[in-house]
Amino acid sequence: MYKLLLCWRYLRTRWIALASVVSVTLGVATMIVVNAVMAGFSHEMQSRIHGILSDIVFESHSLSGFQDPAWHMEEIRRAAGDDIAGMTPTVAVPAMLSFQVRGQWITRQVMFIGIDAATHAAVSDFGDFLQHPSNRQQLSFDLREGGYDTQVDAGGENGPLRPALENAGWPHRRDRVEQEKIWREQQARLGGPVRPLDQQVDAVLAATEDQTVPPPADAPDFGDDDDSVAAAGPIDPFKAARPDEGHTMDPSTEQFTGIVPGIGLASFRDRLGVDRFLMLPGDDVKVTFPTAGTPPKAVSNTFTVVDFYESKMSEYDSNFVFVPLEDLQRMRGMIEPETGIGSVNSIQIKLAEGADLDTVRDTLRKAFPPELYAVSTWRDKQGPLLSAVDMEMAVLNILLFLIVAVAGFGILAIFFMIVVEKTRDIGILKAIGAGSSGIAGIFLGYGLALGLVGGGVGMALGLAITWNINTIRQGVEWWTGQRVFDPSIYYFFNIPTIVDPFTISWIIAGAVGIAVGASVLPAFRAARLHPVEALRHE
Amino acid sequence: MSDPGQQLRLHDMPPGDAGQTAVLRGVALRKRYRSGSSTLEVLRGVDVEVAAGEFVAIIGQSGSGKTTLLHLLGLLDAPDGGEVYLAGTRIDALPSGKQDVVRNTQIGMVFQSYHLLPELDAVENVLAPLYVRYGLFEWLRRRGEARQEAVALLERFGLGHRLTHRPRQLSGGEMQRVAIARALIARPQLLLADEPTGNLDAASGAGILETLTELNRSDGLSIVMVTHDPAIAARAGRVIKLADGCVEESLTTSGRSAHASSDFHERPARAGG
Repeated sequence: MYKLLLCWRYLRTRWIALASVVSVTLGVATMIVVNAVMAGFSHEMQSRIHGILSDIVFESHSLSGFQDPAWHMEEIRRAAGDDIAGMTPTVAVPAMLSFQVRGQWITRQVMFIGIDAATHAAVSDFGDFLQHPSNRQQLSFDLREGGYDTQVDAGGENGPLRPALENAGWPHRRDRVEQEKIWREQQARLGGPVRPLDQQVDAVLAATEDQTVPPPADAPDFGDDDDSVAAAGPIDPFKAARPDEGHTMDPSTEQFTGIVPGIGLASFRDRLGVDRFLMLPGDDVKVTFPTAGTPPKAVSNTFTVVDFYESKMSEYDSNFVFVPLEDLQRMRGMIEPETGIGSVNSIQIKLAEGADLDTVRDTLRKAFPPELYAVSTWRDKQGPLLSAVDMEMAVLNILLFLIVAVAGFGILAIFFMIVVEKTRDIGILKAIGAGSSGIAGIFLGYGLALGLVGGGVGMALGLAITWNINTIRQGVEWWTGQRVFDPSIYYFFNIPTIVDPFTISWIIAGAVGIAVGASVLPAFRAARLHPVEALRHE
Repeated sequence: MSDPGQQLRLHDMPPGDAGQTAVLRGVALRKRYRSGSSTLEVLRGVDVEVAAGEFVAIIGQSGSGKTTLLHLLGLLDAPDGGEVYLAGTRIDALPSGKQDVVRNTQIGMVFQSYHLLPELDAVENVLAPLYVRYGLFEWLRRRGEARQEAVALLERFGLGHRLTHRPRQLSGGEMQRVAIARALIARPQLLLADEPTGNLDAASGAGILETLTELNRSDGLSIVMVTHDPAIAARAGRVIKLADGCVEESLTTSGRSAHASSDFHERPARAGG
């Protein structure tokens, strides 16, 4: 009984001890905030990665791929049975994407992915990342009349606007063609030299094969603000094989094969967080990619951008370009002319609810020769990244826990002081019959109480910060004028947080444990005090 | 938590070889202190016996070992030789847990510098031995009764208006009276007082002595009081004089014959042993 009473009285009268607990409080609060934010980031990243990648990827080692995806899918279904919820074949090849911005050609290295528009959305969240609402429902590689999202999806909140996308689609394409026409007519009226750009535009219209036009040094700006005019020539080495040979294309009403590039390829985010677009849906671009067969030959083709893909994982957004599977197969020569059976180089598999990733992966690995096929889960694909994040979290936790441990030494020192200060009281208690264990109990209880107070306040503080972290961020941004959390780097607009009760209870338990642990030595010393010497202590 | 079941019931124990009339008996008590290589023999075989209801004063010069003797009798220190009997039962050889119970229930102690707990008010200080004795739930059951008793004791000592004062708000005499009330709350057989008037002015000291004498006479409480002042010792029924670690003489006085108050301001500056 006296232990509780004295603990309580010491807690109320010894503010210096509470000061030592402030470091425990701050440590706990920091750990809670850091863990919540890290878990939020990690979860956000995982869900994005998972949204992009299907559960399991079944792929060929060869760039040329394997024949007859339908047969493979049947075999997969036979091997894995009910665990398979959906499958779609894809062809992925490295490629180069070239587009023109104000007369200057820009080339980017990309991953060119042929997808089956009908089934691809079923195996991943691919559809959710598109910018046109109808494409999110069902992807179509036909250019839309308009209606692209003009606001960034910022997770329920008001994201920045993208006014450039207001006019995207057919209106943009028509404007562009119109302006090119006007420009050409002006040039003709003025009788100036025919600019290389005009040659290109002519090339578009006449579908000639002029590939070696050097870019103009000072191309005039006749596009919308940032929207470039990409007047790509319809240079088509496979033209001869196409059914519309000799057809003169009218770019204001017709489009090339549609593609969906990642938004990171088409735009960049400036310091203010506003996206500046280099191309828009409706513009034409050129893609150079290897044909199937050995050695691969590089072929180029012209495509029309029909939508953008925005997963908010910059690695994917600035790397992926999606194209209809059949078109890519045909352009790469992957379709057997006689049977019409195509080849693909991977099959994306979505598992049924509750199926175990690793089990299905291992089943498929057994069913197919590993020399020919690689089977991996989405986690395997992003293994290094995910484990780096886990590692980062573990190291941070260790470091932060060391802070709390340091606080433990503060408690130890202050407790020793309190024991010295209370020596006479300890003698008195022993004289009136308190046992050594009881005396130790006072100080252990005191340590426990301080740990609980420190941990509890730390938890409250940590949770308060975590739940209001975006308000705090805005406040700090307003106060300093600096961007604390730059969406151009992270591609999300709010700091994601996940509060895990299990983590929090571990943190609190650790903090309380450290406080009690730090009080063991002083408590032991107090218990060992000789009553006569303690009473004599001045 | 002190478990009530663990309490030592001295009368339940088989009586020792000592006479039943002696409340407290010290036999051939020895104590030495080592400091470095030299050994200081403080007590060299002291025999003391306190009969029930007796008021004994132990007197001696500084360093004569009188406080050490009191500590041995009160189980605050362990003798290097000899035995201590309380009501015929040897108590110095008990395990420390049982010694704690004896201190808590059978012996009351009063010190020269009061030794009150500064975090507790007067009533709580008086109740401290009961806090120590009872666990939380036992305490909650008994607290009303215990508190009444503590208040009654304080009122008896004229501290009815000081119940919720902290020790630092009390005068020396008041603090010592609180300390006596604390020593009595457990209804001990024996009160050990170490220079109870040593830090007090003449008037307060006389008041404390009066209180002790009164407790001895009307309640029949056995008291052992250590002092260096013959005038104060003269208030006791019997005086044991210690010199150089041995009992020099033991003589019975008439008790209340001497008037101590006149000598109070003449005591030596450094008191205690």
